[in-house]
Amino acid sequence: MERIIIESDVLIIGGGTAGCYAAITLGERTDLKVAVVEKADIRRSGCLAAGVNALNAYITKGHQPIDYVRYAAKDAEGIVREDLLLDICERLNHVTEDLESRGLTILKDENGEYVSRGWRNLKINGENIKPILAKEVRCQKNVSVYEHVNVTDLRYESDQVSGAYGFGIGDGIFYEFRAKAVLIATGGAAGMYRPNNPEKDPHQMWYCPFNTGAGYSMGILAGAEMTTFEMRFIALRCKDTIAPTGTIAQGIGAKQINAADEVYEEKYGLTTSERLWGTVSENLAGRGPCYLKTRGIDSAHEEDLYKAYLNMAPLQTLKWIDSEKNPSRYDVEIEGTEPYVTGGHTGSGYWIDRERATTLKGLFAAGDVAGGAPQKYVTGALAEGEIAAEGILRYLKDHGSVEKKSTALSRQAKEKKEEYETYLGQNGIFSAEQLEIRMQKLMDEYAGGIKTSYQYSEAGLKVAEEGIDDLLKEWKQISVTDIDELLAVYELRDRLVVSKVLIHHLRERKETRWHSFQENADHREKDTQYECYINSVYTGEGVRMLRRKLVKAGEE
Amino acid sequence: MGVVIDQNKCIGCGSCMRICPGNLIRTNAEGKAYLKKERDCWSCTSCMKECPVKAIALVLSPEMGGRGAKFVISKKEKKICWTAYRDQEVIREIITDPEESNKY
Repeated sequence: MERIIIESDVLIIGGGTAGCYAAITLGERTDLKVAVVEKADIRRSGCLAAGVNALNAYITKGHQPIDYVRYAAKDAEGIVREDLLLDICERLNHVTEDLESRGLTILKDENGEYVSRGWRNLKINGENIKPILAKEVRCQKNVSVYEHVNVTDLRYESDQVSGAYGFGIGDGIFYEFRAKAVLIATGGAAGMYRPNNPEKDPHQMWYCPFNTGAGYSMGILAGAEMTTFEMRFIALRCKDTIAPTGTIAQGIGAKQINAADEVYEEKYGLTTSERLWGTVSENLAGRGPCYLKTRGIDSAHEEDLYKAYLNMAPLQTLKWIDSEKNPSRYDVEIEGTEPYVTGGHTGSGYWIDRERATTLKGLFAAGDVAGGAPQKYVTGALAEGEIAAEGILRYLKDHGSVEKKSTALSRQAKEKKEEYETYLGQNGIFSAEQLEIRMQKLMDEYAGGIKTSYQYSEAGLKVAEEGIDDLLKEWKQISVTDIDELLAVYELRDRLVVSKVLIHHLRERKETRWHSFQENADHREKDTQYECYINSVYTGEGVRMLRRKLVKAGEE
Repeated sequence: MGVVIDQNKCIGCGSCMRICPGNLIRTNAEGKAYLKKERDCWSCTSCMKECPVKAIALVLSPEMGGRGAKFVISKKEKKICWTAYRDQEVIREIITDPEESNKY
């Protein structure tokens, strides 16, 4: 492998929503040298590749940021970092207006006011949201973007992070990134569990399938503290295509009904997890399939729905047309997805302080990879990118000393390069894909996947953990024919590491805090002694669990 | 399944390969693009939006209830025209405008 060393003041790993916005913030406000490293192309990478048609976190007139904090806290059964959420909520409207000024289309009324969907959502055309962000990043003179480079590990000594290692996906070059501060913004983790369309279309999933938990994994392996992995996210989606349901449910007010046409949602409660749990329960009771009641909408509404889905999940529009089962004549069937770990929707992620500093010195986190602030969504990720950028600036004032320049690879870098080179051309018995299928089967059957209607037991978790531990050993003997397979190998590692930590979190919460998201069959009820955060640290030998007291808004 | 690339139309410009968020598209010995990992497509259609010669179509696989229709897109200034075909016949055409917001 050829090698290259990239030196900067700030390294941003991941050019998605949070990473791009942090880069824009640092670009516009400072002269710092910033490097953004991205696995794909920042114009279409990460969760928003296909687009998005609502901003789900906005403070509408008559409401305050604290209202959103209270709402998110209630939806998460109290397990949130109110301090982190409040910081985000205070910036939601500012980042929204800023994005509009950069070219995002937001629906307005005749008075020029935003049109809201409910009290906290705005309607937009976000098909081009990533191209807009990417363009803004590229026009920053002090920001360099390294695309098609996959970062696998952090560069660190004792507990100080000073860069990262990766390889070029097209060219196979070894990269050593050196920086005074690192922002991790890789997104969350999909693909640990067997998905809805496992045979030929495993990636027709809700979350971005290319978000493999790399950010979690590299932090876990470096000893960073993680929080609330056990609050998994499971989306309620349109059957088969796994397209969003919010546009139908909130946009046209369609209710969730069972096969007997009964509205069942009130029976189970209206939090995000309860809406899913209701659907699961109706199916288990033999009253499924379940639907969103769209029958009877007029043709103009139907045409608008077609367009809305083309701007975020075009497969659903194709399904309506291809099947000739229009939503005006047929209700839209819904189902739950496989579980994901993602801090944009739940509290899973790095344990951070209000500066967005992780427990590793020099490492900051923002967006889906950062924990404690569920329901941050797109605008929350933008806000958190900005907060983290400001946190980094303050950190650099005290820690800006320059490392002695050296053109030689560090010892750790040499080891990492050798690791890649060993895998390249390795002739093993199995491929990454084969082991991935095994991992997904284990997690599905023994760690609360679709197969068991999301329930898990301690006995099952033990089987899952033993299986994952075996795979973590077999992973090192995989066949790697080319750079694309090397990428697949590290994506598998990331998912295995996240799975292992997730199993520990699920086991530690000996209650059922969130139906379906964390449905512990050995402990069916909520238990007040678990009104705390469940955190974890990987020590090299195992996963050490710890509990932390809840933080309320306004407390330090 | 997701997207299908028509190699007879492909001019080998590499745009789709660069934009794919999953790094799934590669070129063959003739320089034509192909989906190297068909199972791994997310159907995000980023490649279709980049392709200058409409060589890429979105297809719903039989596993998800697909019956053979496909979407092809063409750009009209900033607007995107989504044309659905069954066999060779156009069955639907929808135009989306980036300046027109979702109404839901």
